[in-house]
Parts: sequence; structure tokens; C-alpha cells
Amino acid sequence: MNYLHEGIVWLNDPLNWTNPGGLLDRLTEHLTISLWAVLLGCAVGWPLGIWLGHRGRGGGAVITVANLTLAIPTLALLTILPLTPLGFGKPPVVVALAVFAVPPLLANAYTGLRQIDPETREAARGMGLSGGQLLRRVELPLSVPYLAAGLRTAAVQVVATAALAAFVNGGGLGEIIAAGFGIGMSAGGGGQIVAGGIVVALLALLVEGVLAVVQRLVTPPALRAQARRKRPTAAAPAG
Amino acid sequence: MSFLSRAPAPAWPLAAPADDGPGNPWFSWRYVHDNADEILTALQSHAGLTARAVIIALVVALPLAVVAYWWRPLTGPILALSGVLYTIPSLALLALVAPAVGTTSDTSVLIALVLYALLVLVRNALAGLVQVPAEVRDAAAGMGYGRLGRLLRIELPLALPGILTGLRLATVSTVALVTVGSLIGKGGLGDMILGGFRNNFYKAEIMTGTILCVGLALVLDLALAGVGRLLTPWARERRS
Repeated sequence: MNYLHEGIVWLNDPLNWTNPGGLLDRLTEHLTISLWAVLLGCAVGWPLGIWLGHRGRGGGAVITVANLTLAIPTLALLTILPLTPLGFGKPPVVVALAVFAVPPLLANAYTGLRQIDPETREAARGMGLSGGQLLRRVELPLSVPYLAAGLRTAAVQVVATAALAAFVNGGGLGEIIAAGFGIGMSAGGGGQIVAGGIVVALLALLVEGVLAVVQRLVTPPALRAQARRKRPTAAAPAG
Repeated sequence: MSFLSRAPAPAWPLAAPADDGPGNPWFSWRYVHDNADEILTALQSHAGLTARAVIIALVVALPLAVVAYWWRPLTGPILALSGVLYTIPSLALLALVAPAVGTTSDTSVLIALVLYALLVLVRNALAGLVQVPAEVRDAAAGMGYGRLGRLLRIELPLALPGILTGLRLATVSTVALVTVGSLIGKGGLGDMILGGFRNNFYKAEIMTGTILCVGLALVLDLALAGVGRLLTPWARERRS
């Protein structure tokens, strides 16, 4: 546990936090990249998933897409996208992370709309609701727990994966770890590597915890017991 | 590397230009042909890491799932613990494990991979065990099976579809995760991907690594699906 101690010592040095390129800078970068990636993922995944779920079609395609992205290494997208017309810098990193945020958002949105009791839908139709009204007044409110679960899964995954951006010098907290390896294990880099690992892990757990609370808050009380029984799709590991 | 030594046939400069010139195509058979040995080594180490990680994870996960199945109060803690491990980013886990284990071998990568595969396997094996119908369990008990005999002869075979689903998910995500090991230069095909990026953005190397990585995942997934079909003949009619 020698390295763990060195990591704590590194974290206790205020300069390591406030230096240019220090923890605070990297944390801001990390969160900015993650926020844009999640927003982009939501902009693509939610409308598509909600539309497919509303129509009740394309379930097989949704599952296939979700499984296929599982096989794509994040590292590959992170290295390939900068060489496309996207160019270097933040945009390719954001797009690469968004690609991995889409499947949980898409799959949960689709499941959320599909798990609604057909009788509820029939009743709403019988009351004279049009397709759009059915979607807005019945289907969307009932699928909020699933949408929130998808958001939580996607956000945690993006925050975790954003650390990999350091491989291509894309910024974020991974840079702390990469810089530690750059210094070298014997030359005191070990403490920095461990410190970076601790911060990234804590950030992911923090995001998970905060979004779990958010998910609980936005779930209508009547749906809470039900949401606990049926657990929505689990996350894929950050790779 | 000196360019003089390659002067007679500079058909393939080692460091390709970063632009989209003819010297840096997205894919090149010539590259594959000239570097077949390195590519095969990377593929082998990638497949080896995946196989070891998944097998170790399976050996650990099955007893855990059985423990959680036999003593229900332990289900919550076991799933919660593996859930927390799952949330920790792969890079962070590697950064925490690597300094302690050492960066000269791929042990730290292996440890990280096993921890990730664990949750998927435990959760799916447990789901498979739990869905064994109560009547089947009662019938087995009535036929005189003990706890262990019932587990080995009745419950585990019936849980096979769940276990195999977990195994497929774990294998596919492990193949993708191995690339993160290139942080310490033990990432199999990930080393090729990152190497191509650092080698003046040599697209052919990046692309070859990526294609092989995705291909390996798909081949293993299909192979496991085939094994699953062979092992669970009773589920075949139901699915089709």
C-alpha cells in the first residue's frame, strides 16, 4: 500500500490542484467534455428511441446496435475520429464518447415506451387521444423512470470513458494518470498515477450517486415500487 | 530508422504523413503483409488475455452466484459490491492496480479485466439460477436429490442459457476492454491502434488493429452462441 500512501500525499499538495493543467483544470475539462457528449447522445438516442418505442418497431435493430457498440473499443474511435474531417481537439473526443452514450439512452427509451401496459394505451386511445397526445400525456410520463435510468447509465459511462481521452491527448482527468506514467514509476510518478486513479474513480461513483438520487426524484411515487422490481438494462463497462 | 537504409525501395515509409496523401491510406494489404508477424503476435496476446480473463472470471463468478443463490441475504451485498467495481473506470482501476502489481507483466490488465467480467457473469448466472421453476426444484427434492446434487444435475443445466448470455456479453466487452491495457503497453491489438496513432497517425495500422479487434469479438460471440446451441438442445425449438 506504499503507492496508495504516495497517492494521498500527492492529493494533499494544493499546488497539484491549482497548477495550470492541475486537477482543477483537468476536472473542468473532464466535465465539459462529458456534458457535451451526454447532451449529444441524448439528442440522438432519445428521439430515436422514443419514436421507435411509440411506433413499436425496430426492437431487434435497437438490440443489435447496442450489442455491436459493445464490440467497438473506445480507443479505436478515439484514434480514428481525429483523422477524419472532424479534426483534432475536443470535437472528435465528444463524438467518440457520444457514440457510447447512445446505446443505453436508446435502449432504455425504447424499453420504457414498450413496457407500458397495452391496456393503458388502449384506454387512452379509447378516450380519443391522438398519437401525439398519447405520446405526450401517457407514454412519456410513464417511461420517465426508464429515461432517467438510461441517462444515469450513459452519464456514468461517459464520465468513466472520458478518462481514456488522455490516450490521444484529448484532455480530462486521464491526463493526470498519463502524466504520471510519463514521469515514470520510480521517479515519483507512481503516486500521481494512483492519485489520478482515485480521483477518476471517485468522480464516477459521485456521478452515479447523484444521478441515482435524481432518478429517484423524477420517478413519480406511484411508479417507484414498480421501478425497483424491474431493473432497467445494466451498463456496459467503459472500454 | 534511417531513410538511407530504405533508399532502394522507399515504397512504404515507416512514418506516413498525417495528411490524406496516397502514402497514408485507411487500409493497406501491403502493411498487413509486411507486418504479419507483429499483427499475429498482437492478436495472440489479445486473444490470450481475453481467454484468461473470461475463464478466471467464470471460475470465480459461478461459486459467487451459487453462494448468492443458496443464501439469499448475501445476494444484495454480492451484487452491490460487483456493481461498485463495475462503476470504477477501467483506466482508474488500471492506474490503481498497475503500480502495486508492476507494469512489466500483463497481470494488472488481467486483474482489471477479471473484475469487470465478474459482474456480468455473476448477475446473469444468478438470474439463470433464480428462474429455475419452483416445481422443478420440488420435483428434484422429491426424487431424493440433495442440495449439491440438485445444483449440479438440475439447477445449473437449467441456468445454462443465462450463464451463456453472461459469458457472451462478458467476452465481447472484454475483447474491447483489453485495448485499455495499452496504457502500460500490454493491450494486445490496442497497442497497434495506439502505436499507429503515435506513429504519425498511420491509418493502416490503426484500422487493421480495430478491424481485428471487432472481428475477434464477433467471432468469439458467434462461437459461444454455437456452443450454447449445442449445450442447450431443449431451448432450440422454443427460440425458433
